[in-house]
Amino acid sequence: MIVVVIIVVYLAMLLVLGWLSSRRFRNTSDDFFLASRSIGPFLLVMSLFGTTMTAFALVGSTGKAYSQGIGVYGLMASWSGLIHSAVFFLVGIKLWSLGKRYGYVTQTQYFRDRFGSELLGRLLFPILVALVVPYLLIGLMAAGVTVEKVTGRTEAFGPDGIPGWVTAGVVCLVVYSYVFFGGLRAAAWANAFQTIVFLVVGLLAFYLIADSLGGVEAATAQAEPDRLVREGSISKLHFTSYLFIPLSVGMFPHLFQHWLTARSARTFKAPVVLHPVLIMLVWVPCILIGVWATGVLGTSKPPNAILGIMVGRLKDPYITGLVTAGILAAIMSSLDSQFLCLGTMFSEDVVFRMKGKDQLTEKQKLLRARLFVGVVILCTYLLSLITTKSIFDLGIWCFSGFAGLFPLVLAALYWKRTTAAGAIACICTTAVVWLVFFVQSPGKETLVLGMMPVVFIVLASTVSLIVVSLGTKPVESQRLRRFFPIEDDSR
Amino acid sequence: MGSKGFIILVGILLAILHQDFWLWGDGSLLFGFLPVGLGYHAAYSIVVALFWWWVVRAVWPADLDVSNDEEMPP
Repeated sequence: MIVVVIIVVYLAMLLVLGWLSSRRFRNTSDDFFLASRSIGPFLLVMSLFGTTMTAFALVGSTGKAYSQGIGVYGLMASWSGLIHSAVFFLVGIKLWSLGKRYGYVTQTQYFRDRFGSELLGRLLFPILVALVVPYLLIGLMAAGVTVEKVTGRTEAFGPDGIPGWVTAGVVCLVVYSYVFFGGLRAAAWANAFQTIVFLVVGLLAFYLIADSLGGVEAATAQAEPDRLVREGSISKLHFTSYLFIPLSVGMFPHLFQHWLTARSARTFKAPVVLHPVLIMLVWVPCILIGVWATGVLGTSKPPNAILGIMVGRLKDPYITGLVTAGILAAIMSSLDSQFLCLGTMFSEDVVFRMKGKDQLTEKQKLLRARLFVGVVILCTYLLSLITTKSIFDLGIWCFSGFAGLFPLVLAALYWKRTTAAGAIACICTTAVVWLVFFVQSPGKETLVLGMMPVVFIVLASTVSLIVVSLGTKPVESQRLRRFFPIEDDSR
Repeated sequence: MGSKGFIILVGILLAILHQDFWLWGDGSLLFGFLPVGLGYHAAYSIVVALFWWWVVRAVWPADLDVSNDEEMPP
């Protein structure tokens, strides 16, 4: 019971934080969606990191390391350190600059304006929504399964623990409450708080789990030896092909929205530098816990449940409660931004566009934005009740789709010759190639010629973008001048 | 070679160093508990952070800041 009390206290603290941030709320849609573009370096580091570290990073990585060993770190974490920061540096700052100059709130607005194409916006919107929804689902599923496994070891709730649908529902309500009152500012504050919580609690959990297994040396000695190497579990080509997965951050709509909240371009310096180290601090303990679990649980447990089971094994209910709250912190620090971004997209790209943004008062805009965030949360919650995929594999499919769209944003920012038709070809190719691979092995990790399907998705979308762009009429020079200053004409 | 070219070269070198194929079947432990393949990549993450620290100091795009006067409606 103490475990549940600690979780409830933690959730209540989030609500208080949401209420406090709402006192700074300026009652405008710009403040609701983008915190009036006023976020400084500390909050930006924390919110970008908290947003990218999802259930996938904690629950998924532990489960994947349990089944595939230490190589999982190199697959995702160390590649991400190099590539996420590169994307923040090359894409994030430029989009922030254009977003501030021309008042964009969503990706669709930028691409529509960059290429002067309505069709492009209409095509991109549903694809982005379809790719964010599975990402949201893994958060809700992970929250449910973690609390279920942790409470399943307590006397108060019996062997089944608190059902996943109850936890997922409570998480949705808490996130909706603080986002409702404070919008993105509340999400950024909550993300910073939750990031600190899951970093500190994660290291505490690592220490305590190691201690419960007789120390770090004994814990590693008990682990399955084949989990301590990559030989036999991950091929070299497979390992290298993961390079393309972290490109996905360049097209995450929720990250785009966080980039736009920055106070200045200089605010990006801290996230670019610190991101790789923060990733390491979260991933190394998770990988080791997953590997150690093979020594105490055998190798046949469901991967999604491993972190919950290992935390549930800690005897002290106070510690178990605290660690569980830390896991929920990591999960919720992404959910809030993702929920808010989908609500923003529906408001800005559909409702405001159909109705005419200038025709609505600030009060009407806020009401619609809050309503759409609520609708998105409800739909995602209902979907989470019927999904049973592996968290890691579902995440990888979702990232593969976003990575396929990365050539689009890179070309839009750096290649003047990109045309609307080329951009549309890139989106359509990504959708078709992704679907072909997904249908062949729905929701599971699969390899094509020994490589991740994302390699072929990115290559196909790049080729289609280049070929179609070169074969169609360039964007008019007047429009290009808005996106490429004159001194950059040599490019 | 200018600093931009040198940075690109070091970035490519880092991407190559990510492929630590020589440690593939090495099960030895660092500090008695950390598998060497994991230790290598943890250290790699720190080197990458140092690389980005150098990049933001050497080639920061100062021209991208936008003052409030420059904002325009879409």
